[in-house]
Amino acid sequence: MSFGGRTDTSVIGRWWWTVDRWLLMSLVALILIGLFLTLAASPGVAEKIGADSFHFVRRQFLFVLPAIAVMLAVSMLETRDVRRLAVVGFLGSLALMGATLAFGHEVKGATRWLTLGGLSIQPSEFMKPFFAVMVAWMFAEGRMTPGFPGRSIACLLYALVAALLLLQPDVGMTLVVSAVFFAEFFLAGLPLVLVALAVVGGAGAVVGAYFVFPHVQSRIDRFLDPASGDSYQVTTAMQAFGQGGLWGRGPGEGRIKAVLPDAHTDFILAVAGEEFGLFVCLVVVLLFAFIVLRGLVRLFAEENLFILLAVAGLLIQFGLQAVINMASTLHLMPTKGMTLPFISYGGSSMIAIALGMGMMLALSRKRFGLGGGR
Amino acid sequence: MTKRFFSASTAPAADPRIGGRTVLKGVRNDALETGRLRLLVTGAAFLLAFGVIAYRLVEVTAIDPEHRNRPVASAKDGKLRFDRADIVDRNGVVLATGLPTVSLYANPREIRDPEAAALSIARVLPDLNAADLKAKLAAEKGFVYLKRNLTPRQQYEINRLGVPGLNFEAGERRLYPQGPLAAHVIGMADLDGKGIAGIEKTFDGQLRQETGEPLALSIDVRVQHVLRTELAEAVQRFQAIGATGVVLDVRTGEILAMVSLPDFDPNQPSSMTPVAQFNRTTLGVYEMGSTFKLFTAAAALDAGIANTQTLYDAREPIKIASFQIRDYHPLHRHLTVEEIMIHSSNIGAARIALDLGTAGQKDFMKRIGMLKPTALELPEQGSPLYPTTWREINTMTIAYGHGLSVTPMHLAAGVATLVNGGIHRPVTLLKRPAGEAAPGARALSAKTSDQMRRLMRAVVETGTGGKAEAAGYRVGGKTGTAEKLGAGGGYARKALLSSFVGAFPIDEPRYVVLAMVDEPKGNKETFGYATGGWIAAPVVGRIVAQIGPMLGLAPVEAPGASAKAQQASLTTGERKVAAN
Repeated sequence: MSFGGRTDTSVIGRWWWTVDRWLLMSLVALILIGLFLTLAASPGVAEKIGADSFHFVRRQFLFVLPAIAVMLAVSMLETRDVRRLAVVGFLGSLALMGATLAFGHEVKGATRWLTLGGLSIQPSEFMKPFFAVMVAWMFAEGRMTPGFPGRSIACLLYALVAALLLLQPDVGMTLVVSAVFFAEFFLAGLPLVLVALAVVGGAGAVVGAYFVFPHVQSRIDRFLDPASGDSYQVTTAMQAFGQGGLWGRGPGEGRIKAVLPDAHTDFILAVAGEEFGLFVCLVVVLLFAFIVLRGLVRLFAEENLFILLAVAGLLIQFGLQAVINMASTLHLMPTKGMTLPFISYGGSSMIAIALGMGMMLALSRKRFGLGGGR
Repeated sequence: MTKRFFSASTAPAADPRIGGRTVLKGVRNDALETGRLRLLVTGAAFLLAFGVIAYRLVEVTAIDPEHRNRPVASAKDGKLRFDRADIVDRNGVVLATGLPTVSLYANPREIRDPEAAALSIARVLPDLNAADLKAKLAAEKGFVYLKRNLTPRQQYEINRLGVPGLNFEAGERRLYPQGPLAAHVIGMADLDGKGIAGIEKTFDGQLRQETGEPLALSIDVRVQHVLRTELAEAVQRFQAIGATGVVLDVRTGEILAMVSLPDFDPNQPSSMTPVAQFNRTTLGVYEMGSTFKLFTAAAALDAGIANTQTLYDAREPIKIASFQIRDYHPLHRHLTVEEIMIHSSNIGAARIALDLGTAGQKDFMKRIGMLKPTALELPEQGSPLYPTTWREINTMTIAYGHGLSVTPMHLAAGVATLVNGGIHRPVTLLKRPAGEAAPGARALSAKTSDQMRRLMRAVVETGTGGKAEAAGYRVGGKTGTAEKLGAGGGYARKALLSSFVGAFPIDEPRYVVLAMVDEPKGNKETFGYATGGWIAAPVVGRIVAQIGPMLGLAPVEAPGASAKAQQASLTTGERKVAAN
């Protein structure tokens, strides 16, 4: 019964033989690439704000180990424990979001951050994965247990979260949360009429946001007509990609990154493009696609509806964030302040995503026996 | 699939793991089927999204040329900037330019192990001595130059050594792509990029300005090349100690070429010896000899005291006190002004000057600029030397070019005034806008200018300047052979300054060409003669034959051109072909 053997029945032993190692390796690879890119992208930004060159690098390294630890620890949980964690976590982050509105500090016109013990955190980041699992549980339970008002509870939770987010305001996050919610609803068997209605409603919401939030309006205007206003960020990002070409200018040789705002967060892919070129960027895209699609494909063999919905919700959140970030960097859609999971600098978002992916790994572990544990 | 047909009643009562609650397996399977189907849609959507992103990545990095070719954003506008602007000739050929280089310096206080550092530097830069380097690196100083103007490869190798305390200073090295060709015009800038001679010195401030606009000179490198080659050949063939020459545009005052030999290569400061550095064209003042007879004749004609056919008594040498004015080839008869020019008679010229008078001569010399420095834009400027009290004896010697010393540039400018219709214009080394001449002052009448052209043509057609003829370019001019002042005072018979100053095409002159050879030795070809007619006139002829076509002048075959002149230029042409 040596450690790591097939017969090892310890928590770690069982975990090692049941977790999907391809997904695990891809996630670790993403984290490492992220570290590497922060090394390239952040010194310029740090110098601009007058900090020491490796200010962000050091902080990012500081967050990487906890993030990996959180992901591995969470991925060892049993399904039931994951659900418990989600409930506790969801309620906790809702409370923190409420506290943020009351005591949070304003950054760039929005109140999203809360300082806890010297650490700035963004409670809504943590809320997202817990919300995905919570909603999945409600939908699955509503479907499986006659008389249980799962759908109604899920809709209520969604309305609460969306309201809290819009109060901050955080339109981007609302968009992601809505997408996750409706995707799970869709997977849980939303009638096609309602699907159509949701699509129309979503479009309506975007139009509504355009008229309600001035910053959303200006961003969309600038996307549709770059000449109408300041499109410096995205034009600069395009130049960065163009300069990089196939193989990039080489590590540390990037020049445009120095003048690119948010190079270490929202526009980190442009830095990768300039210094490491097309092929490294494609590897990043491929890793994201692989994680999302492999995770989804594995669900076809899943016999448990809750797990199917929860894993899909988590993967959709993860994938959608990546797609939105990369698409805005590549000028395929209006710029949206969204980080690239595991790649962009940001401790709060990194831990939150590690939590989500940890839950995803935990839920998608092989379970033996009918339907797996619930 | 069979599961679908299970009804509620036939299904197993409950999933054993569901913890007591009763869930119908059919319901679950229905939900799972729906979920899986819709999962497919979700997966396809993601596949599409990632596909679009991947395609877009390829597009913006590898395909879209708009973004590829955009210049990298930088604090500067991307233009190369140099500490010193270029100097170009009138056609834009670069005469002086800057090359960005780096210099290696060290902060000896930061060098930990001077000996090891010195050895490794000496390995990369073998022309440096390790012992010297060690001494420099061990000095108690904060800054010491180790080597200037490193090549990029050397810089890379030094960087690769990774020795702390070694640093590079970005700088600029001044380069003169034409080498010595126009050395005396351009001059030189020192290691620190400061002009120390020539145009580089005169326009030091302007060249350092931010605009970086090249400074366009009036020089034409093609003409400059012809002039220098021909003069250098004359120096070599007649074992002369030096030579100088000028090609001047008589309409604008622009210098097309200006050479002083020996010269130097401004790329190699060590070649700038005092002798080579001396600018004979603008700094050296000389008694010009017989070429001055042109001015004597012009002054007399312009004053109206003589015409070209007026006779002067040249039967006997003129004796004044112990001094005698004699002719080299005395004709012992009265000579017309024209004959005085053709035969270069000293006696005749002195007689004309006596007729003209001291005041008239001095006034004329002043009008054609012989009594003050020229306006040329060079720091190397010679001031004319003339007698403080201008006596009759001076008047007579100055008439044939002794007793008044000017620079060769003065002579060229003066002759330009004689032939261009009589306007004295300041000479310049800067390119003028096309068709625009510097304002000048009338020095003599257009009629006198016309007469002077005929006299100069006669000198070439039938007189001492025959070898200056170039087929089709109708050269006119005057020879000069001055005896140089000897070391012990008095004139040295054997040390001559042989010159020819000409203009072409003489009917409507465009250019003045001056060639002057210092202390030539006659040889077999010249039957031992070292006079202007034998030494300098052929140089001018060959120069005109070459630069005429370059400057866009078509040769014209004048009716009745002498067979002798044609013959002379034919042999000239053959010689050029052979030399090329």
